[in-house]
Amino acid sequence: MVQKLPFLKESPSQTAGPYVHIGTNPNWVEITGVWNEDLGLVLVGPETKGERIVIKGRVFDGAGDPLKDALIEIWQADAAGLYNSPQEKRGKADPSFVGWGRQPADGATGEYRFETIKPGRVPYKDGRLMAPHITVWIVARGINTGLHTRLYFSDEEAANAECPVLARIAHKARVPTLVATRTEENGLPTYTFNIHIQGEKETVFFDI
Amino acid sequence: MTDNGTFYQRDRNWHPPAFTPTYKTSILRSPQQPLLSLENTISELTGPVFGHDKLGPLDNDLLRNFAKTGDPIGQRIVVYGRVLDENARPVPGALLEFWQANAGGRYRHKKETYLAAIDPNFGGCGRVITDEEGRYWFRTIKPGAYPWPNGVNDWRPAHIHFSVFGHAFAQRLITQMYFEGDPMIWQDPIVATIPDKAAIEQLVAALDRQNTLPMDALAYKFDIVLRGRRSTMFENRMEGN
Repeated sequence: MVQKLPFLKESPSQTAGPYVHIGTNPNWVEITGVWNEDLGLVLVGPETKGERIVIKGRVFDGAGDPLKDALIEIWQADAAGLYNSPQEKRGKADPSFVGWGRQPADGATGEYRFETIKPGRVPYKDGRLMAPHITVWIVARGINTGLHTRLYFSDEEAANAECPVLARIAHKARVPTLVATRTEENGLPTYTFNIHIQGEKETVFFDI
Repeated sequence: MTDNGTFYQRDRNWHPPAFTPTYKTSILRSPQQPLLSLENTISELTGPVFGHDKLGPLDNDLLRNFAKTGDPIGQRIVVYGRVLDENARPVPGALLEFWQANAGGRYRHKKETYLAAIDPNFGGCGRVITDEEGRYWFRTIKPGAYPWPNGVNDWRPAHIHFSVFGHAFAQRLITQMYFEGDPMIWQDPIVATIPDKAAIEQLVAALDRQNTLPMDALAYKFDIVLRGRRSTMFENRMEGN
């Protein structure tokens, strides 16, 4: 016999199921009057600093079909590369930017869409700068544990080339699965980030 | 000794694997490539904070927060507990969002087609933020079991879904709570995605007669554990902390 260690086990994950929106976006599924506005729909206000961008895309299953019941969350730094979080000790983030967003995939097309700002660069653990990125978290029916990935930007080639996290990806052919493609739509820079859960184009997911 | 370190690695043998064929939907929705192990950076060590001012007074009362014409049908219950981390310390300020079926096992959702009746007085959603000691509670009715399309005769046991935000995005978790003594827990393909029986039991809330509200509501205790951070006993503070 040995002494017992005092640690607890993390509660195991279970799928968010097909009705996750009842809890996260009740107004979107016509449960109105419980609270006025679903959390995470609006990231940017008039005071927010930074370049306005749109992020959109779809989440595909192993058969190539888009998930129409997925829920997508994003978490990102502000334009100066600071997180609006008590754990951020390097400075004070833009008070007009929370940096967290949440959107359901469209029930008909599967498309998700965020209006946000382009984040600044933040340091890796050794102080080197990572390329600008947004953390993306996907849950849905059939996903037993939420999937973590990152969105990088196609117009940040130099930064991407020196990003210590992208450098960790052994199969270089998979790096582009994390890079959103920049186009212009309605005068706004728009980044398309399609996520492939499975198959030849499978997105790199992280065990963080 | 402070909690400035990275999070303990997630125990992937304790959580359900991604590919669980008895839960058929997971077959095409599971990554096949290995996850890329990434020591936490500031992007995972930080996370959004939700103030108590975000919530309304009835957000944790599912008996009243949707009811238009009276109380919902069903067994009145109080669900309470604490949010802790793996170091057994309370997590204050954690946002919990929860959703559930009504007493007949029917969700209020436009894509739900189960023939059990909608309850006009039950929405099925609520939320709460833990206090300084990591405690939370809410009032609801006990949800019913319901059939779902997987096998031709698969039923979900009574359960409440929980979404939890700790202090860091690395702690983000969605799980489900089950009820003590329910034999259907052990017949459910979604529960069975969790390989370890002790891990399943961590999701079974205990009936608590001591905290029952006499002549009113039964009580169930459900503690939730989020990932814990390493203590930096000997190291210098990591940059970015």
